[in-house]
Amino acid sequence: MEKFTRLTAIACPLAVENIDTDQILPARFLKLKRDGAHAKALFHDLRFDASDNEQPQFPLNQSPWRQAKIIVSGANFGGGSSREAAVYALFDYGIRCLIAPSFGDIFSQNAAKNGLLTAVTGESDNEALIAALNRDTSQTVSVDLEAQTIVCGKLSIHFDIDAARRTRLLNGWDDIDLTRSFHAEIEAFKAAHVRQQPWVIPGHGQSD
Amino acid sequence: MNQPNTTPATLFDKLWASHEIVARDGESLLWVDRHYVHEGSFHGFNQLDRRGAKVAEPALTFGVADHYVPTHRSAGGPIANPEIARMVDTFNKNVANHGIRSFGLNDRRQGIVHVVGPELGLTLPGLLIVCGDSHTSTHGALGAYAFGIGASEVAHVLMTQTLWQKKPKRMRITVDGRLADGFGAKDIALSIIAAIGANGASGHAIEFTGAAIRAQSMEARLTLCNMAIEAGGRCGMVAPDATTFAYIEGREFAPKGEAFERAVRDWSQLATDPGAQFDHEVRIDASRLAPVVTWGISPEDALPIDGRVPDPAGETNADRANYIRGALDYMGLTAGEKLTDIAIDRVFIGSCTNARIEDLRAAAAVLAGRVSKVPGMVSPGSSSVKRQAEDEGLDRIFREAGLEWVDSGCSMCVGINGDIVPSGERCASTTNRNFRGRQGAGARTHIMSPAMVAAAAVAGHLADVRPLTVGRKV
Repeated sequence: MEKFTRLTAIACPLAVENIDTDQILPARFLKLKRDGAHAKALFHDLRFDASDNEQPQFPLNQSPWRQAKIIVSGANFGGGSSREAAVYALFDYGIRCLIAPSFGDIFSQNAAKNGLLTAVTGESDNEALIAALNRDTSQTVSVDLEAQTIVCGKLSIHFDIDAARRTRLLNGWDDIDLTRSFHAEIEAFKAAHVRQQPWVIPGHGQSD
Repeated sequence: MNQPNTTPATLFDKLWASHEIVARDGESLLWVDRHYVHEGSFHGFNQLDRRGAKVAEPALTFGVADHYVPTHRSAGGPIANPEIARMVDTFNKNVANHGIRSFGLNDRRQGIVHVVGPELGLTLPGLLIVCGDSHTSTHGALGAYAFGIGASEVAHVLMTQTLWQKKPKRMRITVDGRLADGFGAKDIALSIIAAIGANGASGHAIEFTGAAIRAQSMEARLTLCNMAIEAGGRCGMVAPDATTFAYIEGREFAPKGEAFERAVRDWSQLATDPGAQFDHEVRIDASRLAPVVTWGISPEDALPIDGRVPDPAGETNADRANYIRGALDYMGLTAGEKLTDIAIDRVFIGSCTNARIEDLRAAAAVLAGRVSKVPGMVSPGSSSVKRQAEDEGLDRIFREAGLEWVDSGCSMCVGINGDIVPSGERCASTTNRNFRGRQGAGARTHIMSPAMVAAAAVAGHLADVRPLTVGRKV
């Protein structure tokens, strides 16, 4: 997995709440393989009209936000469906950091597994950041995961992230190897779990 | 089953503790008792295959074909759409290659995974259950810790039968009072979401409790826990009781005989201890609820049927006013219009939320002897539910009302099997999400209970079901 330490990039404001994963990646694109065209599917029905022409009013279709690597959104970004392809679409487009007052739980878990930072800010800090980006669209935003700060011009704000997610992103770690290092603990747990609660096994008692 | 606790614990605390293998850096490695996979789990299998890894516990993994399956298949024959056929074929290959037991397209037990798991006795109290689908919260209705995961976590569970999780906070939603006849679990769920918001339970494990919940059937609890994710909850659960045990007994994969008795003794311990602390408490009174419909593009946009479409001009908060304007524009609605004046183009009765036998009975009770003014489709939650409904003659009521009676699958809830609402059309639907484009690009969705969808069908517009149930057994 790609590491995330620091990033300075164009940030696109999407000042709306409840941007669910159906908006981020409409369901008809769920069939795409991982090496498929996920970037084109990002926000597809908001970015393009029924004839596949760009919707000029959508911020990502405007300069300089077209080059954004950061999105600043309203609360509850990524709620709804668990589709990890919503993260693939953002990542493939080039987005590496999302900033919002809150995220869908499954979405932010999926993001952390793919090197995409979800930075949780306070409501008023988030509003100030969006206002700053709208005042001067060309200014960049700097995100420092180690320090948990977002800097935009004179504005400097703190963001929250779960400790384990932060460690994972800073190191580019993948869980599988870590989990396998606990092989002995897993085996011991499994044996005790089944012994103490034999009914956890499907169809228990059917051959008795 | 666990060591006696000295401090009072919530049901969720007990489920967490009984699955925790190790703790580290604010997260715990949890053991997974059941992993359900479906056609959409292909990214997870591909990650596994890229590593050349094997499924750690194939006997604890079960496959169900539901997301892409056609609903017009009684005639048999191959799947017409090649892309959809490829999705179902890939699923069949993945489960076969990894020795996973599955209930595929032609299995009598096929259906929507969140209907099939409980129906087969695979979902049990006290289990930790995951699936690559957000509505996995459904299974919590039996007193399980059940939650949706993404593809990378699917791959992790396939490879290790475990998952790293941060412990959620605990929220108790107490539903007091008695729900009047004709009101469904969906009315409770939408009322809760309207009250706390679509992310009101974000980061929380929800326990539903109170007199109205205790009085609920298993089907109603499944609907309620299904919608926990629409409040942003990590999972929803109801402590198991006599209703739960009676529902489980005799099901195909449930413990049998002496083993069942032993299990019931253990499951009876799965309740929140008196004095246990929750991080957040919500109380609602069921006797004060009215039948609810959604008007906007989030499940939190729900109002009693006798209400009016919100007016952005009456909003002091500019963001909120903008949100309402956007929603009304997408939904093609006028501010201030009566909800019962909203004409519909079609209805859909189906999905993991509201397509169990009780849901179909509730809709049929309204539709019996009546005709739908609009076209519509009824897709039972599972092939077993379909057979049972046909035994009870419900299919005849739906057909005589002018609705299509089709096979089981996720169908028009997510619109990826080809069943979609055409752009610009308005659908009264028993499903769980009224997001923009959820039922197809440009589709307008109003979600509500099965009885309320039936009332909308009869009226041709959103309607209060109560006058239609007078003198009828509902």
